[in-house]
Amino acid sequence: MATLRVSDHRTVPGGVALGVVATLIVGSIAGLVWEAGADWSGAASAFDAYLFRVARFTLWQAVLSTVLSVLPGIVVARALARQADFRGRAVIVWLFGVPLALPAIVVALGVLALLGRAGIFADVLTAIAGDTWPGIYGLSGILVAHVFFNLPLAARLFLESLDAIPADHRRLEAQLGMNSWSAFRLIEWPAIRAALPGVAMLIFMLCITSFTIVLMLGGGPHATTLEVAIYQALRFDFDPARAVTLTFIQLLLTLVIVIGAARLGASLAGEAFVSVSSGRRVAVSGAERLFNGVVLALGFLFVAGPMTAIVVAGLRADLARLAGEASVHNAVATSLILAFAAAALSVVLSLSLVSARRALELRRGAAGPGLFERASDQGAALVLVIPPIVIGAGWFILLRNSGGAVFGAAPFMVVAVNAVMAMPFAMRAIRPAHDFASARHERLCAQLDIRGWARLRLIDWPPLKRPAATAFAFAMALSLGDLGVIALFGSQDVQTLPYLVLQRMSAYRTQDAAGLALLLGALCFSLMMAADWLSRRDA
Amino acid sequence: MSGAAIKCRDVRFSRAEMEFSFDFAAAASDVVAVMGPSGSGKSTLLDLIAGFETPNGGAILIGEEDVTVRPPARRPVSMVFQENNLFGHLDVFSNVALGRSPSLRLDDEDRADVHEAIERVGLSGKDKRLSPALSGGERQRVALARVLVRDRPVLLLDEPFASLGPALRAEMLELVRDLHAERGMTILMATHNPDDAEKLAGHMLYIEAGRVAEKGPASVFFGPDGPEAFRRYIGSKTGR
Repeated sequence: MATLRVSDHRTVPGGVALGVVATLIVGSIAGLVWEAGADWSGAASAFDAYLFRVARFTLWQAVLSTVLSVLPGIVVARALARQADFRGRAVIVWLFGVPLALPAIVVALGVLALLGRAGIFADVLTAIAGDTWPGIYGLSGILVAHVFFNLPLAARLFLESLDAIPADHRRLEAQLGMNSWSAFRLIEWPAIRAALPGVAMLIFMLCITSFTIVLMLGGGPHATTLEVAIYQALRFDFDPARAVTLTFIQLLLTLVIVIGAARLGASLAGEAFVSVSSGRRVAVSGAERLFNGVVLALGFLFVAGPMTAIVVAGLRADLARLAGEASVHNAVATSLILAFAAAALSVVLSLSLVSARRALELRRGAAGPGLFERASDQGAALVLVIPPIVIGAGWFILLRNSGGAVFGAAPFMVVAVNAVMAMPFAMRAIRPAHDFASARHERLCAQLDIRGWARLRLIDWPPLKRPAATAFAFAMALSLGDLGVIALFGSQDVQTLPYLVLQRMSAYRTQDAAGLALLLGALCFSLMMAADWLSRRDA
Repeated sequence: MSGAAIKCRDVRFSRAEMEFSFDFAAAASDVVAVMGPSGSGKSTLLDLIAGFETPNGGAILIGEEDVTVRPPARRPVSMVFQENNLFGHLDVFSNVALGRSPSLRLDDEDRADVHEAIERVGLSGKDKRLSPALSGGERQRVALARVLVRDRPVLLLDEPFASLGPALRAEMLELVRDLHAERGMTILMATHNPDDAEKLAGHMLYIEAGRVAEKGPASVFFGPDGPEAFRRYIGSKTGR
């Protein structure tokens, strides 16, 4: 691409967007440092047995969740790849995309509705155990929920690399008469091994920063992660010093993982809906066919189970009464408004960064990227290092220490944090279309002198409409289902739908919670489907 | 509007470890074919004149004006690329009209000019079409219509017909020749095809390894005494 000597103001909104992201992060860290600096002893004394137990559990549950997702994920992906003629294949691949569209709190309730003390399987499990089924809480509950999210993700990502195996390799496999094991060892394993570090890192990161699942399904000091401990320290123990220590350890942990992931070339902004080709026919023996069939049936049941439970439990609730409650109306309205604002902000910030990055790339020509360009490229990914709870905790302490209205800030915090959290995904939706259009249009615009507002309106916006809508729907779904920031900042005055679900659960009104979760799940699912549909339609 | 002379005085440029150095002059209203192997610098030369690249040294003059460091839009130049001449989401009319107003603010006279240009390149009735609904030849016609409404004294053609079949290509060359006869703009045309050059060009530039290796009248180039390097390039053993 040619170097263009044009005065270009596209970097200005990008600078502003970076400023917003930086303010959010710097403000949070300022709060933490302030608290730690004011009283070292408090933060230091938080290094106790409890803290080490929490840190150990955080790592342990993430390791187990990753192993339990990745290994079966490989088996399921291979079954899907080798049974390309199986009629239910498309259904399973689609179904495996659904968990990512569901908010964690909805899934947690689904797991409880299935395997909880009063769950659908409680009687069966009591009969098997010979004792009253205690319900799935603690580590096992957390693992089931994490694997529900991440096994399908792993399977889809591995399937993608298996489907990328060259057709000629598959032909050779058939011609040389390789059996199933040789084919795995010689042809499939190299493809899987290449994807393995990235997939494992992504899932490990998702599990180590998982908040809602652990909050809902974990229990007591033996099944608590750092993020949940931060929340408890701020909301229940009023112990900001401990929260600071916990937060710094969480930051350290995620930083190490992100650096490790970057070394491995892993992308942490996982794609919600990977496109999966129809696959290729592979000769499969009768025994293997049977094995694959069992694997796929188990995978299907494991993913479909909690989703069915969400619907069944939700329909059992007194939906008519819930629909009439003022608190429900308020929560729905609040959720929709905040999620809409967060999504709009996310798209605007992402567009600004994407176009600034491109403008800087054009300006420098063949020279290496400068700091500003790198920042606009990677700045949004930074937020992946800093989980929402951490940002929320920092601001919580900052506002409290500076005498600000902590709970009054709730709407702004929810919108800002959720907007920034969705940015890596939004930028991923927008950037390819933007840069592709730019590569085609840049020289024409320079020659025809199409600049500024006219350029935005006539040239840049039309091809970006669809990806921006995809990013918007995605960001809105993400924000709608989020329980991170609102758990910290929620109050009687500002309640979102996930917050209301949490409250009903805490008050043991499980049926209400299930009904509201169904509503929330349906909303997020529809938005994700809209995002998916928008991204697939041809321009 | 008539053409303007182009002068490249010791224009130097480097990219990706390749050094370019161009020195030549083209008379007003001449048609100059730029030929040479792939990667020799034909497109780079056109990019420098159009302003998409800025030289490290030397001067580019169009008419009497030094345009060396001027942005593309402020040079008296229109350029037609091999592809991507059109905005895919805009119709034919808008694509042409952008040559008159970059914000599409048009008065009645502008609109009439745009319609006339579309008619002139043989696309009457197709002004509402989007570029995916056009053939490769039609897209390049739209680009030429925009050249007409821009009405600049220099036209740069960067292998614009390279992807067209022989018959279409001949038609498009015919159109360019007619437009040149009407408007008299100076044309610099990069091409791989000796026929294009022979049909259209008054003069030739033969570019090799980033510099002008040979220049002269087209009749000499294609005659029995054409430069050796050029004859080797087009693969003629003796003169034709």
